[in-house]
Amino acid sequence: MDEEYDGTGLTECILSGLLSVDGKKVLHMDRNDYYGGESASLNLTQLYQKFRNTPPPEELQLGRDRDYAVDLIPKFILASGELTKILVHTEVTRYLDFKQIAGSYVYRDGKISKVPSNESEAIRSPLMGLFEKNRARKFFLYLQQWKEDDPATHQGFDANTQTMKELYTKFGLEPGTQDFIGHAMALWFDDDYIERPAKETMERIILYTQSMARYGKSPYIYPLYGLGELPQAFARLSAIYGGTYMLDKKIESINVDESGKFTGVTSDGETVKAKKVIGDPSYFGAGQDPVEGGKVRVLETRKVVRAICILKHPIPGTDNADSAQIIIPQNQVGRKNDIYIASVSAAHSVAGKDVWLAIVSTIVETSVPERELLPGLQLLGTIVDKFVSITPLYEPTSDGSADNIFISKSFDPTSHFDSVVTDVNDLYQRVTGGPLELKKRDTELESS
Amino acid sequence: MAPRTASFKLVLLGESAVGKSSLVLRFVRDEFSDFRESTIAAFLTQTVPLDDSTNIKFEIWDTVGYKSLAPIYFRNANAAVIVYDITQASFDKAKSWVRELQRQADPNIVIMLVGNKSDLKASRKVPRELAEQFAKDEELLFTEASAKTGDGVDGLFMSIAKKLPLAAPKTPGSSGVKVANTPKSEESQRACTC
Repeated sequence: MDEEYDGTGLTECILSGLLSVDGKKVLHMDRNDYYGGESASLNLTQLYQKFRNTPPPEELQLGRDRDYAVDLIPKFILASGELTKILVHTEVTRYLDFKQIAGSYVYRDGKISKVPSNESEAIRSPLMGLFEKNRARKFFLYLQQWKEDDPATHQGFDANTQTMKELYTKFGLEPGTQDFIGHAMALWFDDDYIERPAKETMERIILYTQSMARYGKSPYIYPLYGLGELPQAFARLSAIYGGTYMLDKKIESINVDESGKFTGVTSDGETVKAKKVIGDPSYFGAGQDPVEGGKVRVLETRKVVRAICILKHPIPGTDNADSAQIIIPQNQVGRKNDIYIASVSAAHSVAGKDVWLAIVSTIVETSVPERELLPGLQLLGTIVDKFVSITPLYEPTSDGSADNIFISKSFDPTSHFDSVVTDVNDLYQRVTGGPLELKKRDTELESS
Repeated sequence: MAPRTASFKLVLLGESAVGKSSLVLRFVRDEFSDFRESTIAAFLTQTVPLDDSTNIKFEIWDTVGYKSLAPIYFRNANAAVIVYDITQASFDKAKSWVRELQRQADPNIVIMLVGNKSDLKASRKVPRELAEQFAKDEELLFTEASAKTGDGVDGLFMSIAKKLPLAAPKTPGSSGVKVANTPKSEESQRACTC
């Protein structure tokens, strides 16, 4: 056994897929009896079981159990983002069907407006006044023409040394427009980026606009039947290339030799030997008191609060959209971190007829996390039922090179998967000693 | 006019060592080996002519690698082949797969129950009548076949092809987006043997 995996979360499944294709012998185990770990999608019974320990209440009339696939982590896929590249490269797209997210919205001055997806929507958009629109247009034109290796397109601005704040100033953009660009397009969830060199933010805006241009309407796509399909699709890839999958395997111990190097894993009284182990923080002591003399392998960095809400109507102000993302920039509601709302519905085969799911989330800043979600919850209208959770986020304390134990990061609160793919790339490099190279292939898309 | 090709997803189910993969390899490549250790081809396609105007392309999913099957395995499956070994006590497992399909799969799925190793009649443990009656009660297609001799193999896939509702789309959703790297037309010519 070359590699052994714990937890069938998306990060682990992408890696087991990629490494199986590379010819590595992979065994993949999960303590749960379902695929996906934290990135699973649950049916109604599983959802109520997890949060309430009760069956779904009859009186809510939510429809058939099997029509539901409720994500625990709200994320969408950027149409031109890193995850799309991996999906296409590995051809796992043949196991999945995708649908667009109907619109991306941003909160400004007390109400939500659609992030314009084309020129005519931009002209009609209430997000900016006439003069500001003109300034913003010049800003976007600048980004469209900007090429890193062509100084003529830089207009005297050095994106590597000058900050984003300086770039905003150069185009004279208002604070509200900065919120809109930095948070709804560059998708930063706090304002730290403003004082850093502008390049990373410029690249993020360019990625957003490219993704938007790809299918129109919004920059996001989403797999039918929920995000839980993604880890399963990569698990399928791994299985085709010889990987083995076992669920419902409680992990009793992660075994190491005298020098602390990984030797194998014991589950149900059986020990599997392997050279390396990859897993999510929950298998390496997350949330547990450290064993005396034991190594602390993961540390909590911050907490995320999420409210999974069941609605019987589309989110007000979204033009009856079957799905939407809403970003509430932190400045707009006096916070340090943005509030995100991700909404999907029966159109994505994740909920019963005439039912919408909306997940409101943010990074915890106070001792009453649920109250922090209020600006988001208030946008939803009547909430039929709501499941609130507070999840600590963990990161590994070491890169795994010394002990061959490679630990992924918890899913962060960003609204899309690019940071997950960054973690995948990072882990791949650490595990194999070489960078993950995706062959360039032409991507083709059909709208039907 | 060139015949149109309709694609269908077919999943293979059954206890290990009953010959699931052997049946598929006989069907797709007309090969058989007594000593094949484990499955080497987990995703195979095979196209058969149904009539002058229609070809049926089977996208065959083998269970290799799964100690625990994922829901994605059953998702949008148009047909299932449940295999048991007539010389082994593997019929109960086949029955439990029928229940599993009734629970997880599309209600319109075409299910074929296959008693493999029909060449080893001398060591038979599962009476043909028993399986036949069960298939009748559950409204399944049924046959016995031998991956080793090839007896009944093509026939069983043809019986499935004839039962598939040709009008039914393979995937739901009319406004979906396709994220792929090969045009559909090429895909049909490319048999994946990975």
